[in-house]
Amino acid sequence: MTFTTPEIAWAPLAPIIIVLGAASIGVLIEAFVRTPATRRTVQLILGLVSMAAALGTLAVQWASLDGAGTQVMRLMLTVDRQALAWQSVILVFGLLGILLFASRTRSGETAFTPLGAATPGSIEETLARRRGLEVTEVFPLLLFAVGGMMLFTCVTDYIFLFVALEVFSLALYIMVALARRRRLMSHEAALKYFLLGAFSSAIYLFGVALVYGATTQTSFAAVGRAIDVISDRDGLLLAGVVLILVGLLFKIGAVPFHSWTPDAYQGAPTPVTAFMGAATKAAATAALVRILYTSLHPLEWEISWMLWATAIASMALGTVLALVQTNVKRMLAYSSVAHAGFILVAFAGLTAEAVVALPFYLLAYGLATIGAFAVVSQVRERTEDGAVGAEAVRLGQWAGLGKRSPLLAGAMSLFLLSFAGIPLTAGFIGKFEVFSAAVAGGGWPLVLIAVIASAIAAFFYVRLVVLMFLTDVPEGAEDSIEVDDSPLTRFVVVVTAAAVLVLGILPAGALNLFENAAQFLVTANG
Amino acid sequence: MFPFLTILVALPAVGAALLWALPATARGRAREIALGVTGLELLLFAIMATQFDKADAGAFQFSETYSWIPQIGTSWALGINGIGLLLIALAVILTPLAILAGWREDTDLKARRDYLALILLSLSFMVGIFAARDVFLFYVMFEAMLIPLYFLIGRFGGEQRRYAAVKFLLYSLAGGLIMLVAVVALYFQGGGGEQAFLTDNLVATLDMSTTTERLMFLAFFLAFAIKAPMVPVHTWLPDVAETARPGTTALLVAVLDKIGTFGMITLCLVLFPNAAQWAAPAIIVLAVISVIYGALMAIGQRDMLRLVSYTSVSHFGVMILGIFAFQQTSIEGAALYMFNHGLSTGALFLLVGFLVARTGTADVQAYGGLQRVVPVFAGTFLVVGLSSLSLPGLSPFVSEIMVFVGAYPVAAAAVIVSAISVVLAALYILLTYQRVFTGPPREELSATRELTLRERLVAWPLVALMVLLGFVPGIAIDYLSDPAADVVAQVTIEEAGA
Repeated sequence: MTFTTPEIAWAPLAPIIIVLGAASIGVLIEAFVRTPATRRTVQLILGLVSMAAALGTLAVQWASLDGAGTQVMRLMLTVDRQALAWQSVILVFGLLGILLFASRTRSGETAFTPLGAATPGSIEETLARRRGLEVTEVFPLLLFAVGGMMLFTCVTDYIFLFVALEVFSLALYIMVALARRRRLMSHEAALKYFLLGAFSSAIYLFGVALVYGATTQTSFAAVGRAIDVISDRDGLLLAGVVLILVGLLFKIGAVPFHSWTPDAYQGAPTPVTAFMGAATKAAATAALVRILYTSLHPLEWEISWMLWATAIASMALGTVLALVQTNVKRMLAYSSVAHAGFILVAFAGLTAEAVVALPFYLLAYGLATIGAFAVVSQVRERTEDGAVGAEAVRLGQWAGLGKRSPLLAGAMSLFLLSFAGIPLTAGFIGKFEVFSAAVAGGGWPLVLIAVIASAIAAFFYVRLVVLMFLTDVPEGAEDSIEVDDSPLTRFVVVVTAAAVLVLGILPAGALNLFENAAQFLVTANG
Repeated sequence: MFPFLTILVALPAVGAALLWALPATARGRAREIALGVTGLELLLFAIMATQFDKADAGAFQFSETYSWIPQIGTSWALGINGIGLLLIALAVILTPLAILAGWREDTDLKARRDYLALILLSLSFMVGIFAARDVFLFYVMFEAMLIPLYFLIGRFGGEQRRYAAVKFLLYSLAGGLIMLVAVVALYFQGGGGEQAFLTDNLVATLDMSTTTERLMFLAFFLAFAIKAPMVPVHTWLPDVAETARPGTTALLVAVLDKIGTFGMITLCLVLFPNAAQWAAPAIIVLAVISVIYGALMAIGQRDMLRLVSYTSVSHFGVMILGIFAFQQTSIEGAALYMFNHGLSTGALFLLVGFLVARTGTADVQAYGGLQRVVPVFAGTFLVVGLSSLSLPGLSPFVSEIMVFVGAYPVAAAAVIVSAISVVLAALYILLTYQRVFTGPPREELSATRELTLRERLVAWPLVALMVLLGFVPGIAIDYLSDPAADVVAQVTIEEAGA
């Protein structure tokens, strides 16, 4: 076997290179800029500028792209319209996420621990806090995650997909561990996420190995063609395909691969939860779309049982478990599991409609997720000396929030209604699109179950609305809650709320965009 | 052409936004602003109504169609036929009266502002629903309307309000979501394209198997039956009526619940005529059960608000009977009944509200002998009550007779059983009147205030309308004959074809 250097068309990779390049510069900034405050400002500006530049470059590429797209690196990388659409969605989440990362409470603290390496509760930690240290490494880590996810959407080779998967996963594992408060819980969450993530990566790799054994190929298109050739469905191939899907379903957070979600969502610093909840799901869905539509589609019938079963299990379990949660973050985590089920519903029959529906659904879902967690990060307990303390995540603590802060409570209600799929919010259009795709693909029973799950889910979304607006602050607890007013977070809340409304009332523009993006470049040669 | 309908939909919403944007210093004027907006709405509607071509009442008039989300085949398409016109009339007449009736409800200015804004928002959705010519648009309004209603019930009213609000919401959402599946399916069963959801296009292109049609019909019907409300999915209504504000309940029962019966006529029958034929016998049985069950339950109630809500269950049963008899007269009668019931029940709820405002209770047992203390109040209550039991000379009588006469040839047994409800109605109305107003006056009630000028302004226009339509029902029926004939033709053509 001889190795030839692949020819790489660098230009279409510009957005990814910008983001990953900025991430590398961010690491250098960590080393050379001393004062935490300056460092944070520089990192924030770097992150914002680089992601905005990447978004701009994407727009230019979108306008100048001929046909379906460009083949960047033989069978390994393609930049097509579908990839560009997903990359823009991820960049939008990244931009909103970095604003949350940078926001500080009234008393000047960030969401992150001052010194990640210090043992929780140790003297080093106290010293670090006193000296005003800050973990600003989260900014380059976020950029690495965004870059990895962008890569994840345009990779067309199973091995390369693994590389992209690890690029963003590793960054996420670290960020989950960096919460300022309840640090042990944060560490526990990170460890669980890391261990389960490592397992799922290994399972994925094993699947790739089996598929390679069956087809002698690792690129999406070539595997797809090889599957067509293999007439009798051999066990090696099917086992490999199932294991590959397990790896991706883990990232989406579908039952039974969801067990990391509640802990990771709860333990992670809330800005990280917001970003992770929105962007990871989008990236994983993007990859799943590409794999199913360009590589595994000949096996549609064979793998449909698996997608159906996980979809039903996710919707059922996610909804039922969300019903009994008393912690806002865990409730939203289980709701995300249910949404993973709704996402999988769209894959019924692998229809063309789903390729339009899914980016829209994920955009709507991600915006509402980021907005909802931004609100969560603002509702704080009041410390004894009257300053803002830890986040008030017990449901009961949200009682009467509508009176304390109509803006936050109103925005939160909007996000919850969007999750529930009530008309005039983006979530409704998303749900409608997903259901349409499933019905077109013959997924009737799935849609019926999804509808029942939605009706039950509405109960716990509405319960929070009831708490915020229709319940009075419990007696004696009037002074226990403090609503923070970080301008950056407020900005994110307002922007996401406006976006959820606009996408709900006038979605034609976005739908049009995603309709044009429903093109894959499938390479025939090689 | 002047976009009357879009403006009628948008105006109250703009008014609501205006109320929320009011600076704190101007909040005291919220009532006047809300009343002004609804007054303007009424005026605008009156102008539009004069331009409505009665000779062509079956066709959609004032049609507007703008592309909205072409990708999913939906447009901002409005237009009304005679039925829509009458129901919008009901909405724009009752809303200002409900606002006027609740003039003194709130002392907290912020709460009052919120209440009025929510009422205005609901008005927007009501008009939108009655004017929608696009199934998707109809659905969006149908579901989105739950949000203001939910807050109206859950924030303002008695102690059980949160329970009632959640019950209402979950019932409605369950129905709505099942309907959503059918709405999604409609897109694929129809012709598709950028205006796939226009009702006219759907009627022309729908092509479904018998089973699909039946399933879709059931999905739509369930949502409408919950809204209407029909036994056995009516249980949310008494709870809501008991605890919500009388103004809210009046609008809810008098106007919003008509969306159920309106949807049955304009969507269920028109889109799925074969399935409607197939399901009619079962639905008629349920309707008759509603009629009798509602009336019997009403007799057993001590709480007057619950009582009125059960009478509505009974009356809605009559309307549904009329609709699913598929006769020209019975459908005309049902449509007219929708309007008359709105006047009569709306007035009844508001009057009971006035009583509750005086004494703080809706319990019949707490009253007695009020006739001597407040004769005008008693008289008004009696007239409105008599309208509810369909006394000749008042408008509900005409519509009830039309339904019974129209349906008799095809559903004689159902009509005969339902007619018992007339006797039962006499019982629940007259017994209530007797307990509350006749007999020796109770001492603690001797200082009860007479109907004030404001309250008279609320109740008497409704009474006047009922008397007017009781003697010359023709002025309303003219608007209903053509639409009813079209619906009957649609159902029977399909029958002949099938």
